[in-house]
Amino acid sequence: MTMSKTLHSGAYRHVWDNERLLSSLMIAPAILYIAVLIGFPLVLAILYSLSSATTGDPSISFVGLRNFIAVIQDPVFQKSLKNTFIFTVVSQMLVIVLSNILARALLQEFKGKRIVRFLILLPWTAPIALGTIGWMWMLDSIFSPIDWVLRYAGLLGAPDAVLGTNPNLYWLGVPGLAMSSIIIVHTWRMLPLATVILLGGLTAIPKEILDAAEVDGAGFWRRLFQITLPLLLPIMSIAVLFGVVFTFTDIAVVYILTQGGPFHSTQVLASWAFFKGIESGDLAQGAAIALFLFPVMAAAAALILRSVRRREVT
Amino acid sequence: MASFRKKRGRSVLYAVVTCFALFSAMPFFWMLITTFKRAHDLYTIKNNPFLYNEPPTLEHLHKLFFDTLFLTYLANTFIVGLAVVIITLLVAVPAAYSLARWAGRIGENLGIAIFLTYLVPPTLLFIPLSKIIALLGLHETLWSLIFIYPTFTIPFCTWLLLGFFKSIPRDIEEQALIDGYSRVGAMVRVVLPLSVSGILTVVVFAFTLSMHEFIYALSFISSSSLKTVSIGVPTELIGEFFEWGPLMAGALIPSILVAILYTFFLDRFIAGFTAGAIK
Repeated sequence: MTMSKTLHSGAYRHVWDNERLLSSLMIAPAILYIAVLIGFPLVLAILYSLSSATTGDPSISFVGLRNFIAVIQDPVFQKSLKNTFIFTVVSQMLVIVLSNILARALLQEFKGKRIVRFLILLPWTAPIALGTIGWMWMLDSIFSPIDWVLRYAGLLGAPDAVLGTNPNLYWLGVPGLAMSSIIIVHTWRMLPLATVILLGGLTAIPKEILDAAEVDGAGFWRRLFQITLPLLLPIMSIAVLFGVVFTFTDIAVVYILTQGGPFHSTQVLASWAFFKGIESGDLAQGAAIALFLFPVMAAAAALILRSVRRREVT
Repeated sequence: MASFRKKRGRSVLYAVVTCFALFSAMPFFWMLITTFKRAHDLYTIKNNPFLYNEPPTLEHLHKLFFDTLFLTYLANTFIVGLAVVIITLLVAVPAAYSLARWAGRIGENLGIAIFLTYLVPPTLLFIPLSKIIALLGLHETLWSLIFIYPTFTIPFCTWLLLGFFKSIPRDIEEQALIDGYSRVGAMVRVVLPLSVSGILTVVVFAFTLSMHEFIYALSFISSSSLKTVSIGVPTELIGEFFEWGPLMAGALIPSILVAILYTFFLDRFIAGFTAGAIK
């Protein structure tokens, strides 16, 4: 009995100490999860996009590239593709400029910094669906406080007002303004992430370099453009890449604020895929539309990967 | 002159910071103002919307808690979040440890590969996943979310933990091995207690990410009693009432709760995003 117990515990210890086996066992669940619930659906999305599957009949019978051709010829899709790029590019450009200013401000010490930090981070830390509801009420067609301020300042709703004689601007009801609203909300949402990432980069720049440059007579702008920004570039590109991925693929802002309207003027790939694939039940076309998100995501991933690697070498 | 300049610099700083704080927090200030404002006050166009023209009221909060399913949404969110946290820990902790300790160069590449799957957007996967969920019979259950949410928590949390485990010196474990612990024993008794802060970060992160999630919940769940706050508040509270008071209260409360939790841990998440890009 004692003998078998020792033997047993010996074998047991052996398994517990077999590093090769253990390491494979420990990593297996993660790889399995990712393979089954990310890898497999990705393949399934491609299969759907090449088939005639609908919610009612999800069996896969191949129709070649018919869905892609139909999708590309659809004017709503073309608009969505264009909008997705516009929203992403414009909001990220705004984020780059604003986050640079904000990060430099937050680099200083001042009273109430903790509370300011909490407030500035809110758009990123609070659920985007809930933050967007706040925007929805601020951009309300009748009770918008922004309109109220403009009216109060005499810029809106008066006979000779600059912004028109209507008492309201109808932020979400006019194509151009609806687009601007979506861009503002995306900028608002991504600003905190970029700022905090940049802040990390700014703190890492050795102060001696800047001091030495100042002693050598380099002014503020010269230091900014020839030292700070070049040193900041790698970290800034990371911030922008994440921003691009999150904005390009987001659905919550458009879904809640405009449902893609008015007249599809704010429709984006993600929302159009949802309306086609889930609400109209056309799995095949929905999947084909969503797949257009893939190239941008893959490119961003490749660039992030490259910058991670480059950093590892140095 | 110099002190004047300094003073001017300070006021510019305060002006900049105040503008940004206002821009970022405005929608939430607006929720706060609306939450306590009487309906009559809210919907009188000529009233100054920034002031309480009539005394504040608790009627919207009362309505939110007693006449809507808000508490159910909160409970659903909490259940899903908790379950996702548990699954994430069970999967990500061993995976990260294994990558950090044993696999060498392959482990590093594998770690990056796992992290990159975090970038595969839910908006690309929700259509096939909704079909998979339906086939598994999980449609219209909280299980669908519990099952799917780890697809984005596991990659990021594994990556975060990988960094933590790497920062724990190997010598400590080797000493434990010499002291007679098995490999697993050394991990459980020596490494895990040293990684409490890393594990706590992962707990908070998995929970907040589940709470933020929108598109999967929107696609998998349509019965109102099973919704989480992220979809319950925007779809149900608007659908049933379209009363801005309870709606704003319902958006504000979860936002602030999760924001407080998240803000404490933010720097660690950012370290995960930048992944050693800062030295």
